[in-house]
Amino acid sequence: MTQVETANATRGATSSKATRMLGVLSAVGVAALLLFGLILSPPDVAQADSVRLFYIHVPSAIVGLYLAFGVTCLGSIIHLRNGSVFWDLLAGAAAEIGVVFAGFTLVTGMLWGRPTWGVYWQWDPRLTSTSLSFLLFLGYLAVRRLDLDPAVRSKRAAILGIIGFLNLIIVRQSVQWWRSLHQGSTLNPVDAQIDGLMLFSFFLGLIALTSVFFWLLLHRFRVAWMEHQIEAASVTTALAARRSEAADYDGLAGNT
Amino acid sequence: MHWEYVIPGYLAVFGSLAIYTVLLLRKARRLAAQVPPEKRRFLHD
Repeated sequence: MTQVETANATRGATSSKATRMLGVLSAVGVAALLLFGLILSPPDVAQADSVRLFYIHVPSAIVGLYLAFGVTCLGSIIHLRNGSVFWDLLAGAAAEIGVVFAGFTLVTGMLWGRPTWGVYWQWDPRLTSTSLSFLLFLGYLAVRRLDLDPAVRSKRAAILGIIGFLNLIIVRQSVQWWRSLHQGSTLNPVDAQIDGLMLFSFFLGLIALTSVFFWLLLHRFRVAWMEHQIEAASVTTALAARRSEAADYDGLAGNT
Repeated sequence: MHWEYVIPGYLAVFGSLAIYTVLLLRKARRLAAQVPPEKRRFLHD
């Protein structure tokens, strides 16, 4: 196969009609978020322009910590119950994207904390438990790369995925259970204490980042599926080579 | 006011997302060269 033929054969390797539609939706959502988040929404009376970090900080936390790690936990539970490869790979794909979004949560939180609290970092219950979640899922990704039997590796990763998600209960409740520098829930479902355009920008951020998450998840899952196919093929090849060697050895032994 | 925190925050998020996307799609193309087309997808659409 020529270089041009290879390039044509692999173009859009993980894309499909669904990913292309979701990709366009994500791009439009991100563009709208930048427009409203940075330009059209007003500065806050108390926080001035630093409130604009709210439109990416909170959606990153919801998508990364609760949605992505929730998918990881669900996939881990189903994998432990029936050994499903699909759910194992989906759990791993969601965890990787979740770690990226959890990283955004920590970085934007620190940048928001400096003008609001006067410091980038405090060993506050919410901040500490969130960084612990980030580290737990980094550990989860490390376990998935261990050179072990794939079934054992997936099982250990699944257990860690569930433990990691349980830690999110502590993250969620930390501002209620302990005295925390971090504010409580920003959005009260009954009485949202937030300006209309600010609330709109927040929901725009949530929709845009959720769309980006699902778009990335589709691509990352398909990459994981191809990695699985390559690993399975290499095991099959190695087994065939071993059987061939054994047959040759038996043949030699028979001749002597 | 506070733009010195806002701009790096947006750059960190969307810059990292762009880099991650490029790396992911490059990896997809590299792997696709090693996997036959009929085995590339778990679900076909």
